[in-house]
Amino acid sequence: MAEIKSNAASVEFRNVTKVYGKSKVPAVNDISLFIEAGNLVTLLGPSGCGKTTTLRMIAGLELATSGQILIGGADVTRLPATDRDVSMVFQSYALFPHMTVRENVEYGLKFSGFSKKDTADKAKAGLELVGLGGFGDRLPSQLSGGQQQRVAVARALVLEPQVLLFDEPLSNLDAKLRRHVREEIREIQQNLGLTVVYVTHDQEEALAVSDRIIVMNNAVIAQDGTPRDLYDAPSSAFVADFIGEANIFDCRITDVAKDVATVELGPLSLKLPARDQRPGPARLAVRPGRIELGSAGAPRTLPGTLHKVTYVGSHLEFVVDTEFGAVFAISTTVDAQFEAGQKVGVGFCEHGPVLLTG
Amino acid sequence: MRAKASTAPLHPTVVLWTAVGLIGFVLLPWYGLRDNFFTLSWLFDGYPFDDNVAPALFLVLQGQKLWLAPLGILLLAPLLLWRRKKADPYFGHLLIAVGAAGFAYLMLQGFGIGLRGFQWSWLTALFGELDDRQFGMGWGALLVSGAFLFLCTLGLAGRGAVGGDEFVVGSIGFIVAVVGIFIFMPIVQMLGSALVTQDGNYSLGVFFAKLFSSRLWGLGCVSGGPRCGVAWNSLFLAVLVGLLTTALGLVFALVVTRTGFRYGSLLRALTILPIITPPFVIGLAIILLFGLSGVITQGFSDLFGLQPTRWVYGLPGLLIAQVLAFTPIAFLVMIGVVEGVSPSMEEAAQTLRASRWQTFVTVSLPLMRPGLANAFLLGFIESMADFGNPLVLGGNFDVLSTEIFFAIVGAQYDQAQAAILAIVLLFFTLAAFYAQRFWLGQKSYTTVSGKGDSGIHPHLPATFRNAIYAIAGLWTLFTLLIYVTIFYGSFVKQWGVDFSLTFDHYVESFAVGWNQFGIHWRGAAWSSFWTTMEIALISAPLTAAIGLLTAYLLVRQNFRGKDAFEFGAMLSFAIPGTVIGVSYVIAFNVPPIELTGTGIILVLSFIFRNMPVGVRAGIASMSQIDRSLDESSLTLGANSWQTFRKVVLPLLRPAILAALIYSFVRAMTAISAIIFLVSAQYNMSTSYIVGRVENNEYGIAIAYSAVLIGVMLAVIGLMQLAVGRRNIGRRHMETDLSQSRTNVGVAGAG
Repeated sequence: MAEIKSNAASVEFRNVTKVYGKSKVPAVNDISLFIEAGNLVTLLGPSGCGKTTTLRMIAGLELATSGQILIGGADVTRLPATDRDVSMVFQSYALFPHMTVRENVEYGLKFSGFSKKDTADKAKAGLELVGLGGFGDRLPSQLSGGQQQRVAVARALVLEPQVLLFDEPLSNLDAKLRRHVREEIREIQQNLGLTVVYVTHDQEEALAVSDRIIVMNNAVIAQDGTPRDLYDAPSSAFVADFIGEANIFDCRITDVAKDVATVELGPLSLKLPARDQRPGPARLAVRPGRIELGSAGAPRTLPGTLHKVTYVGSHLEFVVDTEFGAVFAISTTVDAQFEAGQKVGVGFCEHGPVLLTG
Repeated sequence: MRAKASTAPLHPTVVLWTAVGLIGFVLLPWYGLRDNFFTLSWLFDGYPFDDNVAPALFLVLQGQKLWLAPLGILLLAPLLLWRRKKADPYFGHLLIAVGAAGFAYLMLQGFGIGLRGFQWSWLTALFGELDDRQFGMGWGALLVSGAFLFLCTLGLAGRGAVGGDEFVVGSIGFIVAVVGIFIFMPIVQMLGSALVTQDGNYSLGVFFAKLFSSRLWGLGCVSGGPRCGVAWNSLFLAVLVGLLTTALGLVFALVVTRTGFRYGSLLRALTILPIITPPFVIGLAIILLFGLSGVITQGFSDLFGLQPTRWVYGLPGLLIAQVLAFTPIAFLVMIGVVEGVSPSMEEAAQTLRASRWQTFVTVSLPLMRPGLANAFLLGFIESMADFGNPLVLGGNFDVLSTEIFFAIVGAQYDQAQAAILAIVLLFFTLAAFYAQRFWLGQKSYTTVSGKGDSGIHPHLPATFRNAIYAIAGLWTLFTLLIYVTIFYGSFVKQWGVDFSLTFDHYVESFAVGWNQFGIHWRGAAWSSFWTTMEIALISAPLTAAIGLLTAYLLVRQNFRGKDAFEFGAMLSFAIPGTVIGVSYVIAFNVPPIELTGTGIILVLSFIFRNMPVGVRAGIASMSQIDRSLDESSLTLGANSWQTFRKVVLPLLRPAILAALIYSFVRAMTAISAIIFLVSAQYNMSTSYIVGRVENNEYGIAIAYSAVLIGVMLAVIGLMQLAVGRRNIGRRHMETDLSQSRTNVGVAGAG
């Protein structure tokens, strides 16, 4: 019985730039990154940020305008898709409608010099791996969306590629199925130890599946880190706002000692990790869930007026008017008695506020 | 990198094309043969030493045609690439140099050495008088030029052109080369010959005198004289035909989509008729109805005691015939346009308190405007290019396309005059073609896009609906009358004189007998009929292949100069058949490409006349196939050739079928180009029929036309079966793709 193995390899970009045709604005501007073998790394960002272009350059579907791309340490910058050991799962799945599921999965194997028997065995193993062992003779049109998506994964997996690419693989599935399929993808990736590069614009999906997330914006990398890094210590207002939601405050650093900054925000004085910031004007970000609403005038709070209270089932959402602008907060204690127009004190949890570096 | 190590010391594609080139140089006869190459009779004609059949190598070794020797040396040069990788800069540079130099040298010697030594005086100055002559190139030369071409494109791919893809670069090179040789070169040569006077000198003065002569541009008919210039006649007719066909096309489209008319599919079926009707057959039927001895003319003269006249010959008859012939084309365009207007726009207008009539006038019609212009230009081009109807119906109303013909075949035999007329005609059609492409853009006439357009088109107000019912009904009846006339006319002894029924015409044309050799095709029509079938069946797959390949490059590949490439590929749509015919006669009558009188020139003219049809069919259906299918095939390790063959082609079956049918049918019905190119050995049905018409043998002509129409219907049915339809569910694809509707303009007959 054939088994699907992994030939995971690293991916490296060195100062890669991509300019389309006669356009003057680069789609990807001088980015460098390194993806370790066996990791699942997500490229995350708003549409048009260059994440799909980056993915397609790894695949070889686009060739870099300048810079170097290495897969498994070998320079593949000028190699076209056909000659790279990379497979891709497309957003539309791109299953060949005139071939059965089995023919689809065998398609790439036929060009890889496997014998007829190996091809058949591997295809069978691949289909079983994604739980579609009995579906080989069907046409793609006879499968549901989730099943088609799994065929696409199997088709890419059986080639045992050095790198497996996913281009927004879940965007055509409904919400419940999405969670289920993303867990399956993560499980297969971890069991086989694959190098996976995954593109999405859904931040929750990115946080859930990734070993590491590369956030892109305006053709450059905005931040690169583990899901926890990105959520807890965003470097810029863009990242803080793109991943989850954040309140951004203008503040002032009065003093920095031993990597601890003393920050003044209105009446409050906060001790925060300095993150290499110097004394002077600065900005900090606070997640809505890390804001506590207390009674007006309580110590260590900002005075504010409750502008809006919204009940959304699992939690309450507040908008509080303060002298620093509107503050968005949420509370899971849905039974608390709050009313619009009420005076409140806005307080921060420990590890709540983070200084922005960008 | 994929573990597909190629261990061959020499790149396999280099080996392939070098071998092909060497076979052409060393083994195959260099010059064209008198007989068919594939009968292999040349092997017994003194091969390889006799001059007529000798390969280039043997010619050179015998001390003849020494100028061919450098080609052999160039063909050996790729062997210098032993053990060099494709990525090596030397690899690309050497192949580009060898390929380009070889191809250029081949062309240079082809055109530089003519029937009487050197063509150009600087060559004589350089090498002295040459006491030898050129012959038409043959299979050897063909293989060698192909080898140089593809070595060059391989080199370009090696240098990274179009992502280094050999198949794509090679295909682009191939299309560019054949379009250059078989479309541009003949046109350029024709332009050149327009400058030659009757005594063989070049003269701009004579050229301009002829170009602006009153024969072409006279305005006699306005100022009371007998007739206007030929160019004005053509223009006037084409504008009228464009306007009328567009209006009628719109009427039919509205009937089908906006009135709840239940037999729309019947109307659509009617549109296939003119496609399978040779263009002059409508003209014939008009003569049978309205001519001097036509039934309607005779009926009127009996009823009212009027003297029957020849009124139908000239503008009136031409107008009726061409509007009949080209309305279905306008209908096909307009139905896409009318359906393409987003129902939600019209529904929005209605919710804003516009009445049905106001909605139609203020919203629907303006949205159709680009489509109307498109239909008009198509009708204009078709009318300009039409040759068959003016030939049988023109009378004293001369138009450009027939004038060209008479300049070549008439007593005057004035090649320059024909070329000048062709230039004027080409100017009109190219202007219309240019306007169609650049003024209208390409996507402007659809408003349906994306999802959520689930509304239904509102119906037209009742009075307007009745009016268009009346027009459409009358026109449909008239069309049916035309076809009944053709059918009935083929059984009538002598139209207008003796209306008794007979099979004589069929017997005379299609009788079959037996003799000692088996079946004896006794009928007079069989010879041209079988030639036509043979030529049409050979050219149809070639046309489809070259058209679909071009479509693939246009839709799926990005490369520099793509716009120019597209323009060139679609250009032949705007070149009237008569112009192609004249330019082929001028270009391919002398070496190096000597093809007149062969079947090959007929096949070539069909391929390049009909290529845009294949390209359009391919583009339309290829844009329905999501690009990610190709890309996923590439990332799965297939190269672009394998992707084309295994993914794109199977999904293109409907387009292949359409392209095959169209090119077959157009090869059967074409008259304008081939009337210049037929020979005694290769006579085609249409030119045979026109010959019968000119001899006033209407019976045979009509019977033959009826048989052609029947055969085409049968062949269309058979091809449908042969290509087959595998039921491919593309449910999710269809919902994924943007649902922009594509209008495939139909290139008509001509």
